[in-house]
Amino acid sequence: SASSGRAPAPPRRRGRRGLSSGVLPDGVDRGSGEYARNAGAMADLVSQLQSHVQKVIGGGGAEAVRRNKSRNKLLPRERIDRLIDPGSSFLELSQLAGHELYEDPLPSAGIVTGIGPVYGQLCMFVANDPTVKGGTYFPITVKKHLRAQEIAAQCKLPCVYLVDSGGAFLPKQADVFPDKENFGRIFYNQAVMSSKGIPQIALVLGSCTAGGAYIPAMADESVMVKGNGTIFLAGPPLVKAATGEEVSAEDLGGAAVHCKTSGVSDYFAQDELHGLALGRNIIKNLHTAGKQGTLARLQNVNSEFKEPLYDVKELRSIAPTDHKQAFDIRSVIARIVDGSEFDEFKKLYGTTLVTGFARIFGQPVGIIGNNGILFNESALKGAHFIELCCQRNIPLIFLQNITGFMVGSRSEANGIAKSGAKMVMAVSCAKVPKVTIIVGGSFGAGNYAMCGRAYSPDFMFLWPNARISVMGGTQAAGVLSQIERANKKRQGVQWTKEDEESFKAKVVEAYEREGNSYYSTARLWDDGIIDPADTRKVIGLSISASLNRDPEDTKYGVFRM
Amino acid sequence: GAPKRRTSEPKPIEKILVANRGEIACRIFRTARRLGIPTVAVYSDADAGALHVRSADEAVRIGPAPARLSYLSGASIIDAALRAGAQAIHPGYGFLSESAEFAQLCEDNGLTFIGPPASAIRDMGDKSASKKIMGSAGVPLVPGYHGDEQDIDFMRSEAEKIGYPILIKPTHGGGGKGMRIVQSTNEFVDSFLGAQREAAASFGVDKILLEKYITRPRHIEVQIFGDKYGNVLYLNERDCSVQRRHQKIIEEAPAPNVTSDFRTHLGQAAVSAAKAVNYHNAGTVEFIVDTASGQFYFMEMNTRLQVEHPVTEMIVGQDLVEWQIRVANGEPLPIDQSEVPLLGHAFEARIYAENVPKGFLPATGVLHHYRPVPGTSSVRVDTGVEEGDTVSMHYDPMIAKLVVWGESRSAALVKLKDSLSKFQVAGLPTNINFLRKLANHWAFEDGDVETHFIEHFKDDLFDDSCHENEAYKEAIYSAALVAACICNKENSNFREGGNGLNSIWYANPPFRVNHCAKRVFEFKWDNDYDSTGSKPLVLSLTYQADGQYDIEVEGEGTSLGFHVKVTYLGNHDFRVEVDGVSVQVSLATYEKDLDKHIHIWHGSKHHHFRQKLGQPLFDDDDSQHKPSFEMASHPQGTVVAPMAGLVVKVLAKDGMRVEEGQPILVLEAMKMEHVVKAPSAGHVHGLAVTAGQQVPDSSVLFSIKE
Repeated sequence: SASSGRAPAPPRRRGRRGLSSGVLPDGVDRGSGEYARNAGAMADLVSQLQSHVQKVIGGGGAEAVRRNKSRNKLLPRERIDRLIDPGSSFLELSQLAGHELYEDPLPSAGIVTGIGPVYGQLCMFVANDPTVKGGTYFPITVKKHLRAQEIAAQCKLPCVYLVDSGGAFLPKQADVFPDKENFGRIFYNQAVMSSKGIPQIALVLGSCTAGGAYIPAMADESVMVKGNGTIFLAGPPLVKAATGEEVSAEDLGGAAVHCKTSGVSDYFAQDELHGLALGRNIIKNLHTAGKQGTLARLQNVNSEFKEPLYDVKELRSIAPTDHKQAFDIRSVIARIVDGSEFDEFKKLYGTTLVTGFARIFGQPVGIIGNNGILFNESALKGAHFIELCCQRNIPLIFLQNITGFMVGSRSEANGIAKSGAKMVMAVSCAKVPKVTIIVGGSFGAGNYAMCGRAYSPDFMFLWPNARISVMGGTQAAGVLSQIERANKKRQGVQWTKEDEESFKAKVVEAYEREGNSYYSTARLWDDGIIDPADTRKVIGLSISASLNRDPEDTKYGVFRM
Repeated sequence: GAPKRRTSEPKPIEKILVANRGEIACRIFRTARRLGIPTVAVYSDADAGALHVRSADEAVRIGPAPARLSYLSGASIIDAALRAGAQAIHPGYGFLSESAEFAQLCEDNGLTFIGPPASAIRDMGDKSASKKIMGSAGVPLVPGYHGDEQDIDFMRSEAEKIGYPILIKPTHGGGGKGMRIVQSTNEFVDSFLGAQREAAASFGVDKILLEKYITRPRHIEVQIFGDKYGNVLYLNERDCSVQRRHQKIIEEAPAPNVTSDFRTHLGQAAVSAAKAVNYHNAGTVEFIVDTASGQFYFMEMNTRLQVEHPVTEMIVGQDLVEWQIRVANGEPLPIDQSEVPLLGHAFEARIYAENVPKGFLPATGVLHHYRPVPGTSSVRVDTGVEEGDTVSMHYDPMIAKLVVWGESRSAALVKLKDSLSKFQVAGLPTNINFLRKLANHWAFEDGDVETHFIEHFKDDLFDDSCHENEAYKEAIYSAALVAACICNKENSNFREGGNGLNSIWYANPPFRVNHCAKRVFEFKWDNDYDSTGSKPLVLSLTYQADGQYDIEVEGEGTSLGFHVKVTYLGNHDFRVEVDGVSVQVSLATYEKDLDKHIHIWHGSKHHHFRQKLGQPLFDDDDSQHKPSFEMASHPQGTVVAPMAGLVVKVLAKDGMRVEEGQPILVLEAMKMEHVVKAPSAGHVHGLAVTAGQQVPDSSVLFSIKE
């Protein structure tokens, strides 16, 4: 027959050539000692991360949790679990904010924030944790609350405030109350978001005193729970002191007063579960679907998508233990994009920056990843690629592992500052959704060009091995010791080799501490530390949330040519 | 000898109207369709969308919901038949099936009544008259009084003559309605008056007869069939001894533990009875068998096709409805007595919407989930409802008849048990679990049946306390399966529709940053027949990275853990693997009265859980807070309606002093009377209902205060 004459099909070859065009090779050598070393180090980091998270999920300690429960109140994450669609995902933000920031622990900065769907509508949740310092606002609490609002405003996500807070933490009032990005900004944001048609919903599940009273009062709609929820500008003790009037908290500012008499609240809940159900119902009735360019943003999405060809768990073994060692960012990309398919742009030019198109859960994305120091060409290529994505409304993913721009006379003479400025200009003005993941180092102006915190990425997450600082500890020690030696020399002071080494060691130690991912996440320089194996999911959820807004045209400033 | 041919042929039947509803209407349509005869259904307003209406070629509305204005309205039905151009009317059972007037009315209008001659119905309809006829035909009779004199004192003296215990029953009607057992003379008056009232309400005639009450009787009946040429044969017997509230629930054919001599004697007596009234078409002669003496007595003859006819069809391999139509068409019987086979054994279990723990009171509600076992050559389900239908209070609450056949009684019984455990109904209380217990009872397995079977073994059938611990463990296991299936189904539901990017919000497992998502379920488990009420179960489910679930169940004094893997098979079905053992699971959920109800079937197990849904969404004021209708939430002495029903009589006045057990009012539902009595001595308080008023289930009727 015809087929019998045909030559047998060639055996499938492994590696690059055997794969169809655009499919990335594996890139991971499972047999190597380095692989095992990296995997071991990351396993430790991940388990340390999980144990930190387990701790903060417990809230403010067993006694406070027991007291909370005795009042028929749930913990903030449990409340959110009952608000979001049953069995749905929740993208929690900055879980470890406040980590080792103050004398006492402040788990999750006393407030839980994140994004989840309610009747399919993604919402931003901001939930006070009454078991942590009575749900009061420390400076970092305010910062975390404001960051959640910033994301909500950027992504046009309805805000659901689960209020259960004693207001500002009074001993730190100076750092909480007066400044622009302090407590007052919360209500300012509510007003401005409401004016832009972003729903503001408050569920009063506990006390809501003084300034806190404005959260439900400023909300579009609010719910109050009988018995537990109170709203007043001044509580019973202060009222007695001020006017001599003796009144119970419930009579002063309970659900009945505010739902029946004052009109401060709109829905009366018999208990907390009822209140949460009412909250879900409010979201159900938002009917904002018609206001969004839903169709426009869904056009590009493939509902059928392939998982990456390689195990996402292997992302835990890619980052080297030694930051000085390079790794091919493509091995990361191969484990986060659909079918490991990545169509590289300008592959042969400016090779220290990897740019290209891929899909994540069917959504087209543009990916920019570091494969070394940024040179002139790499920066120009980056700016070019960002422009392409903005033209086509393709979300951008930045995979940061960058020591900085190339220094030296040749580089300066070539105008590296000019090239870097072009990329920074492009990044700053890009109006497409931007998600930044720091998978290794993030140093110097590299942090800027690769969409660091200051460049308002919609979301920014770190791997536990990430390092962020203006430069590396050793380089900083080198620079500072040179300056110090010059100072000493001017003062005529003898500086021994030992003195210099100990000076350098101190600098390195400080950079090590301050460049650590926990130092960053505690201060909200990012939106959280994630397990590398979750990178694909987190990017997917982040892009999904950032696509809740209409596409915007990007306009650039003056590019220095 | 050869049958005599009539000279004038009746009009051949080319279209049949069925003057009935529910499963029997559907069943008759099935045979008619097989014979190529077009069908006409009739319906009341309550049945406009019912299955029997949809199953017929044509359907005619005959009136409003109450049966007396629709299915009992002979004139409307005749009119419907004439309008639809039917030549024959099949009355089914109940309603007008034993109305001689209706049979006559058919004849007067040139319609064939598919049933016996009006004269035979009349003769047998009056139970006193029928006994006289049977007595003279030599059929043995139970001692009793069947006279016209109905004076209460006279009747009481007749009762003394027969000797207590005696049975009081209406001369008309059937199905146990209005029947009373009287143990002693001082109960006589109350029972007599009650029987009269119920008889009048149900049959329009309040005549009563008295009979000796046999203490350990069996109820055995013989299916007879006659044609218009004087041929009558018997199609073996059925045992219908297992009854509750004097109504059959499990029937079987042939009767267990009887000799073939006995069978022949019984059959011949039945044929004699039929011949005595020139019977043709299908009929049943009921006998009472005294298990002590082995003596049998004629009880009554039912001049219709009976509910339980399928068990006979199973063992003789014939379609009795086809026979009915053929006989009505003037054809002779297709076989003679020597050709009547007796093949294997068959059971029928009647599945009712009823409240078993509340004394088998009829229940109403929506069939939120209804999946009868699939039919095979040996399993037959006759049903008149479909999922989503309502079992209303207007008509009989029977949902379906489950009929199984086996080579032997034990083979049939295995099939019966299996089919019952796979018969899925959720939305209203049913007797399925109770039927399973019956079928599994050792005495039933032995065929050791008598009409007091349920009463006699009530400790075995109603009290689970000896198995309580085991049942609780099973409930915990089931609850874990339920939680896992619910989680799996949710994720499957959400994943359908939406684009790829949105679907990741509904991935399994749900994503959490650096920890596993958890879910807490709080169930209430209602143990059937356990009076201690429902038990709480708290389940903590953790979504594992591999899509499986770790479930911890906290119960009363126990805590169990399960590792569960679920595959959703679509519809209501799942394949669930727990610790290496995989089982098929079906799940049904619906919401009712602030609760989510969850039913699970797996293996031979069925459990029912409730999950609190919380407050109604816009119950937004303290003062509008409604009390729940739980018994426990009412103060002591409060009496609530045991079922939805009509108040037919109020026997006490508000404020009146009453004794414990004194009747206060009489409720009626589905033509059954239920006397509501004072739970204790005291004064009636808050009695505001009046005769003719409809009361909802569990509504407060009054309370008794010291």
